[in-house]
Amino acid sequence: MNVVEAVDLRRTYKTTTGTIRRRSLEVEAVRGISFAIAEGELFGLLGPNGAGKTTTIKMLITLLIPTSGEARVLGHDVVEDARWVRERIGYVFGGDRGLYERLSAMDNLRYFAELYGVEPKGQRARIDELLELVGLKGREKERVEGYSRGMRQRLHIARGLLHDPPVVFLDEPTIGVDPVGARELRATIASLTASGKTVLLTTHYMFEADALCDRIAVIANGEIVAQGTPQELKAGVADGSVVEVEVFGVEERSVERLRQLAGVRAVTVEDQEQKQLLIVQTAPGLELTHAILSQLDGASVGRVSSREPTLEDAYVALVTAA
Amino acid sequence: MLRVFWIGWLFNLKNLTNSLFFVLISVLQPVIFASIAFFMFDRGDRGGGLLYAALGAGLMGIWSSTLFGSGGAIQWMRWQGTLEIAVAAPVRFLWILLPLTISTATIGLYSIVATLFWGRVFFGVPLSFVHPALFALALPVTVVSLGLLGLVLASTFVLYRQASAFSNLLEYPVWLATGLLVPLSLLPGWVEWLSWVLAPTWGMEAVRNAALGGEVWEGLGMCVLLGAVYLVLGSFFMHNFERRARQQATLSLT
Ligand SMILES: Nc1ncnc2c1ncn2[C@@H]1O[C@H](COP(=O)(O)OP(=O)(O)OP(=O)(O)O)[C@@H](O)[C@H]1O
Ligand SMILES: [Mg+2]
Repeated sequence: MNVVEAVDLRRTYKTTTGTIRRRSLEVEAVRGISFAIAEGELFGLLGPNGAGKTTTIKMLITLLIPTSGEARVLGHDVVEDARWVRERIGYVFGGDRGLYERLSAMDNLRYFAELYGVEPKGQRARIDELLELVGLKGREKERVEGYSRGMRQRLHIARGLLHDPPVVFLDEPTIGVDPVGARELRATIASLTASGKTVLLTTHYMFEADALCDRIAVIANGEIVAQGTPQELKAGVADGSVVEVEVFGVEERSVERLRQLAGVRAVTVEDQEQKQLLIVQTAPGLELTHAILSQLDGASVGRVSSREPTLEDAYVALVTAA
Repeated sequence: MLRVFWIGWLFNLKNLTNSLFFVLISVLQPVIFASIAFFMFDRGDRGGGLLYAALGAGLMGIWSSTLFGSGGAIQWMRWQGTLEIAVAAPVRFLWILLPLTISTATIGLYSIVATLFWGRVFFGVPLSFVHPALFALALPVTVVSLGLLGLVLASTFVLYRQASAFSNLLEYPVWLATGLLVPLSLLPGWVEWLSWVLAPTWGMEAVRNAALGGEVWEGLGMCVLLGAVYLVLGSFFMHNFERRARQQATLSLT
């Protein structure tokens, strides 16, 4: 059975601009998204900023009513049976808002346990278990206002799991968490599906998606541009290869010219301390390194290497093509 | 449900008392109110008149803390980011907000105690009540009815954003219209209908009569009746608010 199902989901936002001459503006954030997540699956939703990931999640967790289309969780409509769905889902948003700052983690969790209908008798043990799980044990008596970003994020995760929901939505759950903490969190997320839960995850970290997700949908401009296992997505660019060039002070003009070059699929520029890293994805069977270097107008070039495409490369190719 | 209410009330009470600003307001305001009230009254009168004024001043404090605590409650939750979490919880939003508004009124209870205390210390207000037991009953009933009025405020303010601009303007007129400041008989006749629908009027009557002698049950009955009406109105508005906010995506705007 499909645990989460979205059928042609759409959502537009109406906003107004200007104070004197008011104009109303419509933003089409999600334009007809369909996907299904099977029981026990860890499904990733990837896409650039503003692609519509959070909007999609908010429709699924009953916080937004879709403009059109349908969504079901465990077979129940998220608009008609909102309360039924709420009892069975957990969700965690990245970021540090959404907590009662002046109270302790313990107070926060006790209150939310009540709101989420956790059995009074089991509350203590459950909260203990979760504090242990997210690594906040021993600091639960401190006020949240003194917590670091990562600690708040962990507290959010504990909150989202209080009522042991069979379906969990995680919107950038590792944002702002230090590398070691993020690794622990990934292990926690992986353990969720291991215990039979169904998880929908969004993240901007491709290695994270690659390591965790059974299946991924890439969304851009409110539409799904590709869907499949990480291997399938990689296969979309696997025939090509990737040339990485270290340059010192490359000009935007040169990068634009590179993009026009025959056989180049995508170019991204990563700023590193004094240098930039050009990541050029090329079509199969071409040896473009020479052509690429000749486009750089004699900017000083460091290390040049070529490698197999990763999920990140597949993602970049998909998103730039969209 | 009762448990959710109780835990929510305690939780919000704790949250509010942890806020320095809120505590300051409810510590300082009553003292100021008490002084103003005493100076407005005949200073030669050392008897019932002073207690009358002190109780009025105390209730003013309850109203202020309800008005500011409840009126801005939803906006506060929106800023804190807790509104989305509250709405997404399986319990009805009403059961999250109601304990909050009642706890803001409960905080105000402190201002009655404080006003009476300062009144006793500085102005020699006699603290003898005609019906102590009824007084002890009238206070919580008044607090709950004000909390329910707070629920109506919270929901109208959030549905009609312009209304919240008036929240500051509501403080003094309501003190007047409910007889907290001066006896209602001194006000023009048209105020009467307004006074009639406001629970503080009846709460004031019950509390004062319990302290100074007179009919208590009428005021109590009206508090309960109006409280019930507020609850129905408030839950209707809340339901509307939730639906509209999910349609218009206003749960997470800051
Ligand atoms: N409440 C709102 N009112 C108006 N427009 C909104 C609102 N929320 C989101 N949008 C717009 O909808 C679009 C999609 O936003 P959304 O938050 O879903 O993106 P996202 O994929 O989660 O991005 P990110 O990776 O940055 O989190 C954006 O253009 C955004 O500006
Ligand atoms: Mg987002």
